[in-house]
Amino acid sequence: MSTVTTKVKAVINGIAVETDQGTTILEAARKVQVNIPTLCKHADLAPSAGCGICIVKAKGNRKMLRACCTPIENGMEITTHDPEIVQTRRTVLELILSNHPTDCLVCGRNNNCELQKICADFGIHDDRFARMLPDLPIDRSTGTIILDPRKCIKCGRCIDACQNMQDVWALSFIDRGFKTRISPAGDIKLAESPCVGCGQCSAHCPTGAIIENDETQKVWELIQNPDNHCVVQIAPAVRVAVGEGFGYPVGTNLTKKLYAILRRLGFKTVFDTNFGADLTIMEEGSEFVERFTKGKGELPLITSCCPAWVDYLEKYYGDMIDLFSTAKSPHEMVGALTKTYYAQQQKLDPAKIKVVSIMPCTAKKHEINRNEDMSSSGYQDVDVSLTTRELIRMIKQAGVNFKDLPDEEADQMLGEYAGAGTIFGATGGVMEAALRTAYFAITGENLTDVNFTAVRGLQGVKETTVNVKGTDVRIAVAHGLKNVKYVMDKVRQAREKKEPLPYHFIEVMACPGGCVGGGGQPYMVTDDIRRQRAKGLYDEDAGLKIRCSHENAHVQKLYKDFLEKPLSHKSHELLHTKYVARPLYIK
Amino acid sequence: MKRILLQDTSGTLKKELRDFYVALNSHLRDNGLSEKAQVVLVADIGIYNKGIVAKILPEGFVYAGLKNADISLIVDKTIVAGEKVEALAFEKKNCQMRIVLRNCGRIDPESIEDYAAQDGYQGLIAALAMGPEKVIEEMKKAGLRGRGGAGFPTWMKWNITRGVTGDTKYIICNGDEGDPGAYMDRSVLEGDPHSVIEGMMIGGFAIGAGNGVFYIRAEYPLAVERIQKAIDVCRSRGIIGKNIFGSGFDFDIEIRLGAGAFVCGEETALIASIEGLRGYPRPRPPFPSVKGLWGKPTVINNVETLANVSYIFLKGGEAFGRIGIEGSTGTKVFALTGKVKNSGLVEVPMGITLREIVFEVGGGVFQNKAIKAIQTGGPSGGVIPEEHFDTPVGYENLQKLGSIMGSGGMIVLDENDCVVDISKFYLGFCVDESCGKCVPCRIGGTQMLAILRKISEGKGEPEDLVKLNQIAQAMQKASLCGLGQTAANPVLSTMKYFEAEYRAHIVDKKCPSGKCASLVAYSINKERCTACGMCARNCPVNAISGERQSKYTIDMEKCIGCGNCYEVCKFGAVIRQ
Repeated sequence: MSTVTTKVKAVINGIAVETDQGTTILEAARKVQVNIPTLCKHADLAPSAGCGICIVKAKGNRKMLRACCTPIENGMEITTHDPEIVQTRRTVLELILSNHPTDCLVCGRNNNCELQKICADFGIHDDRFARMLPDLPIDRSTGTIILDPRKCIKCGRCIDACQNMQDVWALSFIDRGFKTRISPAGDIKLAESPCVGCGQCSAHCPTGAIIENDETQKVWELIQNPDNHCVVQIAPAVRVAVGEGFGYPVGTNLTKKLYAILRRLGFKTVFDTNFGADLTIMEEGSEFVERFTKGKGELPLITSCCPAWVDYLEKYYGDMIDLFSTAKSPHEMVGALTKTYYAQQQKLDPAKIKVVSIMPCTAKKHEINRNEDMSSSGYQDVDVSLTTRELIRMIKQAGVNFKDLPDEEADQMLGEYAGAGTIFGATGGVMEAALRTAYFAITGENLTDVNFTAVRGLQGVKETTVNVKGTDVRIAVAHGLKNVKYVMDKVRQAREKKEPLPYHFIEVMACPGGCVGGGGQPYMVTDDIRRQRAKGLYDEDAGLKIRCSHENAHVQKLYKDFLEKPLSHKSHELLHTKYVARPLYIK
Repeated sequence: MKRILLQDTSGTLKKELRDFYVALNSHLRDNGLSEKAQVVLVADIGIYNKGIVAKILPEGFVYAGLKNADISLIVDKTIVAGEKVEALAFEKKNCQMRIVLRNCGRIDPESIEDYAAQDGYQGLIAALAMGPEKVIEEMKKAGLRGRGGAGFPTWMKWNITRGVTGDTKYIICNGDEGDPGAYMDRSVLEGDPHSVIEGMMIGGFAIGAGNGVFYIRAEYPLAVERIQKAIDVCRSRGIIGKNIFGSGFDFDIEIRLGAGAFVCGEETALIASIEGLRGYPRPRPPFPSVKGLWGKPTVINNVETLANVSYIFLKGGEAFGRIGIEGSTGTKVFALTGKVKNSGLVEVPMGITLREIVFEVGGGVFQNKAIKAIQTGGPSGGVIPEEHFDTPVGYENLQKLGSIMGSGGMIVLDENDCVVDISKFYLGFCVDESCGKCVPCRIGGTQMLAILRKISEGKGEPEDLVKLNQIAQAMQKASLCGLGQTAANPVLSTMKYFEAEYRAHIVDKKCPSGKCASLVAYSINKERCTACGMCARNCPVNAISGERQSKYTIDMEKCIGCGNCYEVCKFGAVIRQ
C-alpha cells in the first residue's frame, strides 16, 4: 500500500471538487459549501450508518449512498438534493418521529436536541404516521446518568462511546427490530452494570435518551434557602467550555466572568477547584516523592483525581489498588476544607455551609458520596456536583446578561491558583503539574523550564522519561479508558513476573482529552474542540506568574495555618481516601 | 404381448375412463386380439389434466386426451402395426435438469466413495491443475451468478478478492438459509455435502484463501453433522490439509453456527456474527472482498452457488454456460409450494417459462382453481400475475417484473389468496427479522405492517396507499442492507398488479378472495343446505349449530371468518359475502 495521499476528483451538484482519497462524500461536499443533512453521525465517532438521512445519489449507481460513510471516488457525480432524495429524507425523519415522544417542551434536551433541530430544519409540522411509542421504564439507578430508552433513536453513538471509545461495555443494544433498545447487557440496571459514570454516552447522545441527572433545581433550592451559606467552586476544564453555551469561540477562558455570574446566581462564596488541584499536587506529589525516593509504598504511583477512573480501577484492577494515590480529587479537598478550615476562619457553622461543585464531569455526581471519606468534615464535603451543561442552563435561567458581566475575582483562602492547577483540566496536566513540584521536592531546586510538552496532546498513551538530576523517572499518561489497558497490563505483567517496573508514575483520565472532553461538557465535542479547550488552559498557565503548586502562597498558608505539612495526620484525615476492589458480576 | 397401461389416478375408475376401458377391451376381444394385448390400469403415468392417458409397452408410446373413437386407430396402428399415432402422442417435456441436486437422493451423503464414484473431487483436481487465473477464466465462461439472491457474477467476486493483497483470506459458505419455505441449501448440505466442500475449495484456490468457513444455521443440525463428517473424512484422506493433491495448495475448513437471525444471511452481518458480535450489517464499502472476516479479504458464496462450482469444473465452463439463457446460465432450484399440485424442490434450467414450472413441473393449480399469481424471491421478492407467466426465468427478467430470483422460493397463489394478506405475511416476516439498526427498516417496516393490518381489518383509508408507497420508497432507498432495501417489494409488487384489490379492501370494505376475516360474513342458504353437518364438524369455534335433518345456522358472534365451512360444503350452501 502506498502512503502517498492520492487526490480524487469528483463533482458534487455540478461543482468540481478535489480531495484526498478516503474522504467521505459528506466531508467532500462540505468543501464546496454543500451541507448534507445528518442525524446519527457524530464527528467524534465512526459512522454507524443507521439513520439513512444522509443519502445521496451517485450517477450510474442504482442505489443511493450514505454520504457519512462512503468514500468519494474519482469521477463520481454526486447529487445531494433533488425531490426524490429530499422526500426520502423527510419520510425517514417522519418515521423517526413516529417512534419518538413529542413532549419536547419538558425534555432535558429542549432547544438543544439534534432531532428537534433537524425536524425544524425540514419543516416537519405534521404527525402523519401512527404514533408507536414503546412503554419502557426510565433507568434512574445511578444518580449520575438517566437512561430514557423511549427517547432513543438507536443511532448507536452511546454504544460506540461506551464500548469502543471507553472500553466499558456498560451499554449495548438488546432485542432486535422494532423492539431494539439501549440497555446494559442482560437487561440489568445501569447501577449494576460496568458503568463508571464517565458520561461519554450522555455527551454524545443526540436526544434526551441519555442525560445527566439534572440537579439544578436542587442547587436553586440550596441557594434560595436564607439559612444556607452556599459556596461554589469551578473545575479547571469548565472555564474553557462554558462559553460554548453562549456563542463564545471554542476554548475561550471565562474564569473571571464565571466568578461574577456565580455570585449573581446567589452563591455567597466563590472558590476555585484549581486551588484544590494545587493542593492535590502537594499531597500526591509528596506521596510520589516518598515512594520514589524513600521506598515508602509501591510504584508506579497512579493518579486518582478522576472518579470514573477510580470506579474503573476498583472494578477491573482491584489487584492494583496499592498503586493508587490516596489523595482525594481536587474538588473534594476544597469541599472538605470549606467545611473545616474556611468555616473555622470565617466562624461559620459548617452544617449551614453548602458546597456546590461545577464540574466537566458526570461521575463526580457519584463521587461526592462514594464512601465515608467524602464526609471527612463531619458533613458531606460536597453537597451537589453539577456539570458544565447544567451550569449553562442555570445561567440562562438567571436572567443575567452573561456576556457583558464585568470580571470578578475568586474569594480568598481557597480561590487562588498556580498554572499547575489550571492545566489539570487537560490530559497530561496532572502529570506535568506533579513533575514541576516533584522536581522541587526531590532536588530542592525549581525547574528553569516548567513545560513538559511530551505529556501534552491527544495521543492516547504518552510515555516518556524525565531526567530529574541524573535519575530517570519513567512516566505514562493515558486518557480515554480504552487506552488504560495497554498501560495497566504492562504494569500488571511486570509485577507478576517481578520484572523492572515499566513506569514510576502514571496519570489516567477516563475521558478522551482529559476533563476538557469530560462527559459533562457541552455537546458535539471533537478532537479539534478538545485541543482548543486545552489550549485555553495552557495559554492561561503560560501567562501566569506562579506556575508551580508549591509556590501558591495560599496553599503555603493553608499548610502553615491548618494542615502543617503534606501527608500530615490532618491531611490524611481530610484529603485522603481509600479504595475497595469491586469486581464485576461476582456476588 | 403388448401392454396398454391406462392411467387411473384416483383409482376409482370414473365413468369416462370406465367406458373407455370397457370399449377398449371389447374392441380387442372382437378383433381377436385378446392374446396380442393386455389392458392394465395403473395409478400414475405422470401426466395430469390431459384426459385419458395411455402408455403402450414395450414401445413406450404415450397417448393422451383419448376418446372412445380413437380406440380402433390405436389398435390398428400401434397394437397391430407397431407404429406411433402421432396425432395422439403426448410428448412430455422433461423440464427438470439436475445439476445442483445431481447427487441428492442418489448417493449416500456420508460416503465419500459414493461421491467419488460420481466423479467427485475431479473438478477440484482439474481446477488445481489449471491455476487460479484459469479457474476464474473458466468461471467467467460458465457465467455462474450468485444463487443467494443478488445474482452477482461469481467469477467477478472471486476476481476482486484475488486482486486484493493479503496473506490471509477467507471463503465463507453462506448456509444461513432463511427465506420462508426455501430449503434447497439444506437439501444440498444434507444430501451432497462434498459437492459444496469441493466448490468451496475451488473458490478458495482461486482467490488465494487458505481458510474456509461454513456458516450454517443451528436449526439445520443434520446439515451441520453431514458437513462436519465430510470435513473430517476429507481431512483424514488428505483432501483438505496441506499440499492438497500435491498442488502446494493448503486449505482447511471450520463450521460456525448461526443463531437463527435472518439478517445474518446478509454478508456483513454474517461476518459480524462469526466474529461474535451482534448480527448487524455495516455500511459498504469497504466490501468484504477487501475487508471481510477478521478484517481480511473474504468471499462469501451461497451453498447452491458452490454446488454449481464443483459441477462446472467437472463438465467445463463452456458446457455450463450453454445451459440457460444469456445473462442467466445454468439451472435454478426452486422451492415450489403454495396452491400447486406437485410441490417440492424443482431444479430447472434458466430460461424455462414460469408457466412451464407451474403447469408442467408443478402439475398445475391444486384443485384446479384459477391461478392468480406466483410469488418469487421470498420476502425480498414480489408477485407475478398470470399475464407474465410466459417470461423466461432469469435474473433480469424477474427483476423487470418487479420481483427477483432470490434464493428460489416460488409460491403459487390461487383465487382464494388475498394480496393484502400475502403482503402482510411477508412484511411481517421482515419486521420480525429486522435487526433494528437502520430507521427505514426498523420503523418503516413496522409502520407499513400496521397500515396493512388496518386495511385488512376494513379500517383502511385511501391515504394509506400513498403512505405505503412513500414508506416503501424510503425503505428501498435509505435502508442500510438488502433486507430493508427489499422488504417492501412484496407490498409494492402487489400494489402494482392488484391495486384494485387493495381498493376493494379500502373503499368497498370487501376482501374479494374472502381471506380477510374481518371483511367477510358467512351464512347458510337454507334452500341448498342438506343438513349433512359437515360445516359444523369443521368449525373450529363451534359457531355452527343445527341438527341432522334440520337446517344449520352460523352464529356470527362466534364466527372467526376462517372459511372452513365454505371450503367443506359440497352443496354450495355456505354463502360468503
